[in-house]
Amino acid sequence: MHEMTQTQVIRNPHRQADSQLRRRWAKLRRNKAALFGSVLILIYLIIALLAPILFPGNPSAPNLMKSLERPSMEHPLGTDELGRSILGRIIYGSRVSLLIAIGVVMVGLLVGLPLGLISGYYGGKVDFGIQRVTDTLLAFPGFLLALALVAVLGVGLKNTIISVGISMVPIYIRLVRGCTLSVREQTYVEAARAMGTRDMTILIRHILPNVMAPITIQTSLGMGTAILFAAGLGFLGIGVQPPTPEWGAMLGSGRAYLFNAPHVATFPGIAIFFAVLGFNLSGDGLRDILDPRFKL
Amino acid sequence: MRQDSLLSIHHLRTRFHTYEGVLTAVDGIDLEVYRGETLGVVGESGCGKSVTALSILRLLASPPAEIRGKVLFDGENLLQMSLDEIRQIRGNSISMIFQEPMTSLNPVLTVGEQISEAIKLHQGVTREEAWSKAVEMLRIVQVPSPDIRAREYPHKMSGGMRQRAMIAMALSCHPRLLLADEPTTALDVTIQAQIVELMERLKEEIRTSIVLITHNLGLIAEMAKRVAVMYMGKVVEEAPVEDLFLEPLHPYTHGLLGSIPWIGRKMKSGRKQLQEIPGMVPSLLEIPDACRFHPRCSRAMEICRKEEPPLVQKNGRRVLCWLWK
Repeated sequence: MHEMTQTQVIRNPHRQADSQLRRRWAKLRRNKAALFGSVLILIYLIIALLAPILFPGNPSAPNLMKSLERPSMEHPLGTDELGRSILGRIIYGSRVSLLIAIGVVMVGLLVGLPLGLISGYYGGKVDFGIQRVTDTLLAFPGFLLALALVAVLGVGLKNTIISVGISMVPIYIRLVRGCTLSVREQTYVEAARAMGTRDMTILIRHILPNVMAPITIQTSLGMGTAILFAAGLGFLGIGVQPPTPEWGAMLGSGRAYLFNAPHVATFPGIAIFFAVLGFNLSGDGLRDILDPRFKL
Repeated sequence: MRQDSLLSIHHLRTRFHTYEGVLTAVDGIDLEVYRGETLGVVGESGCGKSVTALSILRLLASPPAEIRGKVLFDGENLLQMSLDEIRQIRGNSISMIFQEPMTSLNPVLTVGEQISEAIKLHQGVTREEAWSKAVEMLRIVQVPSPDIRAREYPHKMSGGMRQRAMIAMALSCHPRLLLADEPTTALDVTIQAQIVELMERLKEEIRTSIVLITHNLGLIAEMAKRVAVMYMGKVVEEAPVEDLFLEPLHPYTHGLLGSIPWIGRKMKSGRKQLQEIPGMVPSLLEIPDACRFHPRCSRAMEICRKEEPPLVQKNGRRVLCWLWK
């Protein structure tokens, strides 16, 4: 009897870790939409990484002789008002957009995660203070908040990331706080306190890993929103500044030629659409995989 | 006072400030725990047993909780210690086992990590030493193949196994006092018996005192030497375990003992329905005047409705009731 349990135990660990991965992979494969989303993100990532190979020239060098050309063999997606290849600018724009997406969720997490954890764990006055500030920020529509912050900080890539990032902070604070509130009441947190564990250790070792799943999902969804917000700022001309290729700004400058050269605005729009779609679909898919309530 | 006291609780009163009013969960109790003995604390749900244990280690968030009185552990008042001092006591000199073995281990950390974390915290040893001590503790609580089990996550273990791991964690720093809050309630009967046996054995080996909180009178009979019966935040009776079972003084204790199903009772005293204590435990917001048990008491007298019952001391026993005045 004793030996039997032992052999069982020895045999299991690797296979189980293995089978859990496989189960998740199988689940992802079944979820066609999530798979499609992940593939989209992967494609954008590859494009961003291989940009200099895919488009050898300088995407920002103007060539006024060729302005507003329709799609052709030389420029598959046509050229913009300064004669720059739209394909090249979309390829390089994916670098900017992914950078913004990552930067924004980093800002959101960096500020929102600790504040949410502290707010949820300590409660009381600290919680009250943090939550009233969060309420105030949430009262503004997210994009308006980002817009106001740009007005204060100024334009440019760095300020776009900071502004959009801060506009997402309250969402992270709320999410993390909510999860912390429920994990805090778990017996294992009480048990850790009864063992004399410090609050800091409890927060980082016991609570944080248990709130990671919803945060991961929100991060994926947040990247989509970040790209959309940054593109919105770019469209209004107060985001990333030319000549840096940025999809929103391309869309904005193409607006003037919507009737005689619709491709100038259309293709960056499509690029934005699929990037946001990719992050949203994979975020939904992640939820299905990570949330035990959705176990199939 | 033949033996010396390890933990002595004086007028412990724990109140919760809520929106509906002030709830007095523990209302001025006095208890002594002697070295090496097991004190049983019994009572219905909501009588303040668990709150008493949590108050001892100051694990209740305050506010809303307000703890008054004195809790002397080895002569030092736990309620007046700084947060750092009490943290040194927790898990080291006094540790606690909880009712829910299924949720009292963190699902994202391996069992070994959780036990060695406690060891590292209080014994200032290296990671490797703490780990080997953790494995040793698992061996002591009879977890099969402890070195493999230590590297596993709690979800792979059964309830009984997890409770063993919890006991291993609680005893890893050889505490002088163990607060066991319903340690067997969530387990099935055969596992209960194993856990009881294990706790008995470890109590001898590590020489700890135990405060056993439960509503299982069988468990009390098995393990405890003295018993305190709690009702609505007060200790209504305290007695050596044999005396309590043979001759309960307080009508509430009487009712509790009467409501245990007894295999074979029918044979002796004829077909008889299982007794019950009439009524429900009132809300802590509506504590009855005078004796708080009188609305449910079968032997209530006029005075029980008018005046607070006195504490009657009777050959080593204490009872809070007018009947014995």
